[in-house]
Amino acid sequence: MSFRGRAHTFGAHIDTDQIIPAKFLSTTDPQELGEHCLENNDPEFAKRVQPGDVIVADVNFGCGSSREHAPISIKGCGVSCVIAKSFARIFFRNAINLGLPVLESPEAVDAIEAGDELEVDLSTGTIRNLTRELTFQAKPYEPFMLEIIEAGGLVEYTKRRLATAKG
Amino acid sequence: MGMTLAEKILAAHSGRKEVAPGELINVKVDLVMANDVTAPIAIEQFRRLGVEDVFDKERVIFVPSHFAPAKDIASAEQCRVMRDFARETGTVYYEQGQAGIEHILLPWKGHVVPGDVYCGADSHTPTCGALGAFACGMGSTDVAVIMATGETWMKVPHTMRLIYHGKMGPWTRSKDLILHTIGEIGTDGATYMAMQFEGEALKEMSMDARFTMTNMTAEAGGKTGLMLVDDVTLEYVRPRAKHPWTVYEPDPDATYAATYEFDASQIEPTVALPFSPGNTKTISELAQDDIKIDQVFIGSCTNARMEDLREAAEIMRGRKVAPWVRCIVIPATQDIFLEALKEGLIEVFTEAGCQVSAATCGPCLGGYYGVLAEGERCVSTSNRNFPGRMGHPTAEVFLVNPPLAAAAAVAGRIVHPEEVAGKVGVS
Repeated sequence: MSFRGRAHTFGAHIDTDQIIPAKFLSTTDPQELGEHCLENNDPEFAKRVQPGDVIVADVNFGCGSSREHAPISIKGCGVSCVIAKSFARIFFRNAINLGLPVLESPEAVDAIEAGDELEVDLSTGTIRNLTRELTFQAKPYEPFMLEIIEAGGLVEYTKRRLATAKG
Repeated sequence: MGMTLAEKILAAHSGRKEVAPGELINVKVDLVMANDVTAPIAIEQFRRLGVEDVFDKERVIFVPSHFAPAKDIASAEQCRVMRDFARETGTVYYEQGQAGIEHILLPWKGHVVPGDVYCGADSHTPTCGALGAFACGMGSTDVAVIMATGETWMKVPHTMRLIYHGKMGPWTRSKDLILHTIGEIGTDGATYMAMQFEGEALKEMSMDARFTMTNMTAEAGGKTGLMLVDDVTLEYVRPRAKHPWTVYEPDPDATYAATYEFDASQIEPTVALPFSPGNTKTISELAQDDIKIDQVFIGSCTNARMEDLREAAEIMRGRKVAPWVRCIVIPATQDIFLEALKEGLIEVFTEAGCQVSAATCGPCLGGYYGVLAEGERCVSTSNRNFPGRMGHPTAEVFLVNPPLAAAAAVAGRIVHPEEVAGKVGVS
């Protein structure tokens, strides 16, 4: 799995109230949530973002609530993956469970500026900054998590597991 | 090798003699919960799993709390999805009129007991860790899988030990201890960790006060927050437990990733300024600043229990909310509302000019019932003050303990409660 898109940069501690505020939590529709993605931080973001683009952020991305609407809205607006220096744990789990790739690489984040063209290879964890001709290696996934991603999310993974258990 | 409290509980729930930080384990879950915001996705994912039934009807719980009573048609539909599913599957469901905020309702009703592993689709699920349980917030999809299988995967967290020595001063509350802690370690200071709270200051606290601290482990990034079980815990648990409990204790030779020690007697009433729960200052640092306010909110899963209401009412008694200030008081559950009514607290609040509502999360997350306009300023007993948390992205939220919130409502600005109520212990 690989993705190519432009970087949109954000600061530290981007919380779920900034990603998708509570007033939109009465829907679960990805497109509708996508239209308001990161609205409390940058009202123009959802209009500017192109399919395949990458969110690049500092530490503790996704802190705050457990709302799965946050990764759904990010996927819904067409973002292919999120690269951050670190992630809040519930957001990280939710993203993996829903099949939104999230990569941890402080070095890559420091070397990316808004608008840079990026290429991400999920199977190897390689992040290439095509604009600056730099390559970085993200923190590898636990093999267990890679199985979930490869299955297409936790539901598909669990379905397979339950089917195997039944024999 | 010795284990921490979190490791002990996780070992017992994964069929192992020992677990160590970093290990990936499959954990048996005692209880799983979702609310009206998180349940619709969980139910959709549950249906996609294709299983026939939930793992245990008595241990799957739904609570309408966030946008209930329904604030609009879309919220009403979400509540109905949850209600219909609960009725269809025979799982535990608390309807409006019996319910309230899940993190206060569930321990109160005895659904969570010491030694449990409890997973909830809400980030403030760790609140119940004050009972000596491993309580962990998760997303809807994780919760869907637990509903189906009664199990989940976890990475055994490192444990951070936090010890609070000494006795708290007259105006310091458990809220101040946890705000001070988050100010010290940062909002990602305990990311992925279990926070084990201990010390003399905690021993003297009621369960009401203890829940406030574990509630805000979420704001430090923690996976869970736990407290050791003592007589206060058991006195709370005994009359209400819905299933048997087990008391686990950390081993004396347990390994901690970090240890913090605080002198509770030196921790002043603390305020978290916009826009982060870690942006803390003491009330003495702020009282000179003449910070005028538009709204006060006394409620939320952090501070809307009986003790919180009593303390806020004590300040309000015989006084009035300042002109041009709105004060909203929301007891956390229907039972607490009734108790506050019988004790005359609702009367005190109402006479003071507060607007008292039936149980809901309401304004805490900017859902409804007290959403803030552009640039407005609110003093709140809740747990988060991120941009846009309670309404407009420029609205400011200051997080405080209940007496401080009540004093701010009376003064119309952020003040030391002493300024309103006089000195405590001085005759």
